[in-house]
Order: sequence, then structure tokens, then C-alpha cells
Amino acid sequence: MSTATLDSPPAPADDVIPTFTVTLIIRRFNPDTDDEPTWQNFDVEMYPTDRVLDALHKIKWEQDGSLTFRRSCAHGICGSDAMRINGRNRLACKTLIKDLDITKPIYVEAIKGLPLEKDLVVDMEPFFASFREVQPFLIASSKPEKERLQSATERARFDDTTKCILCAACTSSCPVFWTDGQYFGPAAIVNAHRFIFDSRDEGANVRLDILNDKEGVWRCRTTFNCSEACPRGIQVTQAIAEVKQAIMRGKP
Amino acid sequence: MSRTETGTQAPGSLAPTGKRPQGTLYRGREGMWSWVLHRITGIAIFFFLLVHILDTALVRVAPEAYNAVMSTYKNPIMGLGETALVGAIAFHAYNGIRIILIDFWTKGPKYQKVMFYVVIGLWVVTMAGFVPRHLINVFSEVGH
Repeated sequence: MSTATLDSPPAPADDVIPTFTVTLIIRRFNPDTDDEPTWQNFDVEMYPTDRVLDALHKIKWEQDGSLTFRRSCAHGICGSDAMRINGRNRLACKTLIKDLDITKPIYVEAIKGLPLEKDLVVDMEPFFASFREVQPFLIASSKPEKERLQSATERARFDDTTKCILCAACTSSCPVFWTDGQYFGPAAIVNAHRFIFDSRDEGANVRLDILNDKEGVWRCRTTFNCSEACPRGIQVTQAIAEVKQAIMRGKP
Repeated sequence: MSRTETGTQAPGSLAPTGKRPQGTLYRGREGMWSWVLHRITGIAIFFFLLVHILDTALVRVAPEAYNAVMSTYKNPIMGLGETALVGAIAFHAYNGIRIILIDFWTKGPKYQKVMFYVVIGLWVVTMAGFVPRHLINVFSEVGH
């Protein structure tokens, strides 16, 4: 009896997964000792399957425990680890290192336009304040016995803007927001859009009124940085344009 | 820290790299750069219009003064400046139409990149028609 399949030599033990060395240049800031941020280099050995977040973990766990950044789920849902990677806002947990140009160092820094607290951590409060201001909750007077009914078409109308994870990648990529922190910012408008075009909601006019402000949708200069930055692929500029149209019509 | 490392694990170099103490320039794409260009050309056109209104208003004050000012404009440097002005106005005009379409045409945001390259194409065609003709005029008058 031939047992060729079993007799075939086992895979060589030195069949290791190839690794590569990448240099991360991280913009560090310690509010206790530094007057302004400085860039610091780290070399890490990574696998092709690793993400920028894995590289940050490796640095924090093995090289410099003082490196500070936010992350929670590490799977692109919680929206904690938005940062500027090679000059573009990305989620560190959704950016594979091999997809970046690894022959050059990878620049990692905090998102722009929000107050820097430490290393890659910014104060998100101004961002959430704008979010709260657009009343991002269902406003309905009726109290149905069961659920509020909605057709598939009505649901599809605002489907794109339900995907927001509030990571602030869009708002902190907006040149208007960098220079004018009073601007509501794309994320707040996206979350207003989600309820303005919801057939079950009755507060559309309130929200349109809030956004029909000097610092509301009219600040948008259609640079499309937000649409490029969104890790969920939301067509943010499109959503803002729809809100602009709704304000001009006076109804959603 | 007894963890064994597989690769070459360089320790974090504590000396800051020093270069670029500021953050990196945000790497926006067509939309952001068209906006930057729109701003720059818009401000340039504003200052041109300011000077233009002032020197044109001079004709009501004193025609001789107006002629004197106009004659100072007739030199190659101003000729090149006029080329830049027409370039700025052409871009601002075409990109302005693009922005109107983004705001008012429902498919505008979807085709913004295509429209940006159309703007660049139209601008190149406009300048290709204008620049040679204009420069011939400017430099043939130098001797006069």
C-alpha cells in the first residue's frame, strides 16, 4: 500500500512568513515636557498582513511604552483610531502597511484641527459638540403600538449616512474646519442628513434651520477631502449637497 | 522586557528627526487642489479688479493721467502679467462652472474629478489659443 501523500516530506520548518522592516515617523507631543510636537523615528519588523495599528502596538509594547494613541475595537467600527497616515486621514486599523509605500518612511500624526492632547490623541469634544447640536436622534410625536413602518425605498434614501462611526476623519480633513473651528463639519452634517431624510422623523425642519447658518452647510467649499477620507466610504460631499438643496427647497 | 525579537529591532531613536517640525501637508486630491487654485486665482483677480477700477476711474479725473498710467502698462513684464491674469480668470471661470454643477446638478459630486480634468482641458485649450497671439503682440511692440 502506497501512502504517498503521508510520506511526502513535511513543509520545511524554516518556511517562515516573510517580514519587512518599515520606518514609522511619528509626531510626538508630551504636554508635560514639550512646547511643541517633534517627529520621532521607529523601525519595526512587520508582516504583510499587518496594519498601521499593529505597528503602533509593536512600538508601544516593545519599544516605547509612552506612545499614546486611541483604539478600541481595532476592526474599523468604533472609530477611535483615526489619524493622519502619510498626510491623509485614515483609520490605523484599516490601513495595511503593505498598501503604503514601504520603501519610504510612514508618517503618522494626529488628526488636524482639533486640540492636540498627547502624541496621537486629540480632544474630540468640539467635534462631539457639533454632533450633538444637530439633534442626532429620532424626533417623532406618534407612539405606535409596534415599530414605525418604512418602505425599502424610504430606508434607502438615507442609507449611506447611517454608516458613520464618528471617527472624525472627515471633519479633521476639511480645510474649512482647520481654519474655522466653529464650522459644524462634515460629520455633524452627515448625521443630520441621516435624520433629515428619514421618513419616520419629524424634526427635519429644525435641523435644516440649525444647518442654515453662517457656520452651517454654506461653509462647505466642496473640496471632497471628507469623501476621500471617510473609512466607511460615505459620499460625504454628496450628503452635504443634498442638505444644501433641502434647505433651499425648505423641506427634505 | 525579556521578549525575544525575530527581526532587527532598532530601538526608538530618542533624538527627534528635527525635520518638518510642523505637521505634514494634507495630501488632498483633485477637489482640494482645485479649491486651493480657485482661492488663489480669486484673490489675484480681486486685486486686479481693484487696480483696474482705480486706473479706469482716473479717466474721469484727468484723461492725461489716465493715458500716462496706461502707457506704463505697455511693457513685456505687464504683458506677461496679463497672460497670468487671463490664465487665472479662465481657470476661475471654468472651475466656477464646475462648482455650480457640484452644488446644483444631482450627479455633480459623483463626476467632480472628471469635471476637474475637463476644466484643466478647457483651460489648456483657451491658453493655447490666447498665449501665442498675445505674446506676439506684447513682444512685437517692444521695439516701438
